[in-house]
Amino acid sequence: MKLLTGNDLKSGAVTWWTGSDWSIHVEHAADVGEHGESILQAEEGARRVNAPYIIDAVDTAEGPRPAHIKERVRALGPTVRPDLTLKPADPDAGDWVI
Amino acid sequence: MYSYDKYDQSIVDGRVAEFRDQVKRRLAGEITEDQFKPLRLMNGLYLQLHAYMLRVAIPYGTLDSRQMHKLADIARKYDRGYGHFTTRQNIQYNWIKLEDCPDLLDDLASVEMHAIQTSGNCIRNISSDQYAGAAADEVTDPRPWAELLRQWSSFHPEFSFLPRKFKIAVIASKEDRAAMRLHDIGIELTQKNGEIGARVFVGGGMGRTPMIAPEIGPFVKAEDLLSYIEACMRVYNRFGRRDNMYKARIKILVHEIGADEYRRQVEEEFAHVKKLGIDPPLAELERITEFFAPPEFAADADIKVDRSDPDFALWLDQNVKDHKQPGYAIVNISLKPIGGIPGDASADQMDVMAEIAKQYSFDELRVTHAQNIVLPHVAKKDLHTVWRALREAKLADANLDLISDIISCPGLDYCSLANARSIPVAQKIATRFADMDRQRDLGELKLKISGCINACGHHHAGHIGILGVDRKGVENYQLTFGGSGAEDVAIGKIIGPGFDEDGIVDAVEKATDVYRELREEGERFLDTYRRVGVTPFKEAIYG
Repeated sequence: MKLLTGNDLKSGAVTWWTGSDWSIHVEHAADVGEHGESILQAEEGARRVNAPYIIDAVDTAEGPRPAHIKERVRALGPTVRPDLTLKPADPDAGDWVI
Repeated sequence: MYSYDKYDQSIVDGRVAEFRDQVKRRLAGEITEDQFKPLRLMNGLYLQLHAYMLRVAIPYGTLDSRQMHKLADIARKYDRGYGHFTTRQNIQYNWIKLEDCPDLLDDLASVEMHAIQTSGNCIRNISSDQYAGAAADEVTDPRPWAELLRQWSSFHPEFSFLPRKFKIAVIASKEDRAAMRLHDIGIELTQKNGEIGARVFVGGGMGRTPMIAPEIGPFVKAEDLLSYIEACMRVYNRFGRRDNMYKARIKILVHEIGADEYRRQVEEEFAHVKKLGIDPPLAELERITEFFAPPEFAADADIKVDRSDPDFALWLDQNVKDHKQPGYAIVNISLKPIGGIPGDASADQMDVMAEIAKQYSFDELRVTHAQNIVLPHVAKKDLHTVWRALREAKLADANLDLISDIISCPGLDYCSLANARSIPVAQKIATRFADMDRQRDLGELKLKISGCINACGHHHAGHIGILGVDRKGVENYQLTFGGSGAEDVAIGKIIGPGFDEDGIVDAVEKATDVYRELREEGERFLDTYRRVGVTPFKEAIYG
């Protein structure tokens, strides 16, 4: 599957295209299939996202999992500061990245 | 310390106002990201892996307590309660919001700080010896010269769009504590017939093509320094490659045309530049030097320090260095707790360091390129008090220059350029060697980790260097031996195939075992490696 990701213009936070909007949670991301480029251009033009790009991901029971470790680190937060990730209370969250 | 005059302050304030307007226009959609990106980078604002990252300049690594307190305030107010001290003696904040950035820069400007020229193809923050003004072996204090260069290079119209970024270091000792020859220009102040002048080395650097800078100017007089550096820059600006960013650094130019030809061109250009009269009168250097006058040391401060507390004695032996003034010492604060993140300090820790500096170090702090902090002027009678205060703040790790005093770039945990994580490897190695007796038995061992070939973690200069690479989506770590950023400068060599995250820790341990087996009296790891060569290490590591 293909995901569309970028950063929020104001906060810089990592965001994921959900099919109709942007979310900071990768599990809400939608498969953009072959439409990634056109969505990217529309959303960038509408200034709803900064520096968007398309990545490969795998569909899992827990939701989309980016194929590359860099995108998984982006999605969750720094592996060395679990307290600053999106799932600070989940001790196993780091396993999802690695 | 240097203090802004009305011109410095108005320049910085003016830049903040200008950037405030640029941010406003970006948020309003009046300019695109392509238009805005070079503007934010000129103000040190990157878009990193998780958020915007702001890099704040700390000129030649020198701070006072007011500035350190402000850095703590900024960490609390605009970031997530911490900052990361870098190998360029700067500080980075990892979680900055674009809309907050102008206010943040205003706060910085209120304490004579900024983020200008911490990015982009310009002359970056001038770095220097963290012991400047305190070291017994310096021929003069390098900071006034660094400040002169800072003023000359700030907003220099000719050098705002160089082929690539440009880094300058200034030292004034034979012992190189600033990796001087691994800079685009390295300056070693020296004395000849009673006159202070500069040895100028050009074309060093790390990155994907590491090179040691050759000497270009053997003795440049003080009154010629700016003209000479200007000539060095002009030759680079004219002939440095702009068609390939990987070959655009000055080291490539110097290497391709050769040091002799580069020197000839610099001298030719210098003859022209010198006539332009850009060198300030020596009185200006003297005026700047007055800002760096030695503090009023107490004449009767020399005491014998009570070493009866073994933990304190250990810290004294490892982290406290001789000062040129009897009765005083240089205190190194390690930002490398076992299992911690190299170079990170919490806002509370910054406040503690600022308070200690104010009370016990004539209000001065330094940031080191090894990502530690220095209190340059502590009276020996205060050392125990300082140590206790640092220990309370978890800042008294006695591991300076030992295997756990690891330089590490942010790596894939924060950096959008990285291919592999650096920090977890640093944490695992430090934890493996946590035992202080073991670390001290190994002695000086500089281990440096980079998460990509850009080498921000200085792995090329590590006695042991580790380079993280991406092998088909999996982190892999290459091992290099034999590097040094000191006066025995050398580029480390890759010893063989890479390892996974746990394998690299085992490999480092095997290397230290070989060292312990083969070392001769007084040899450091680096010395033994240089004497015996790579073979016994490879045999032990790869079997």
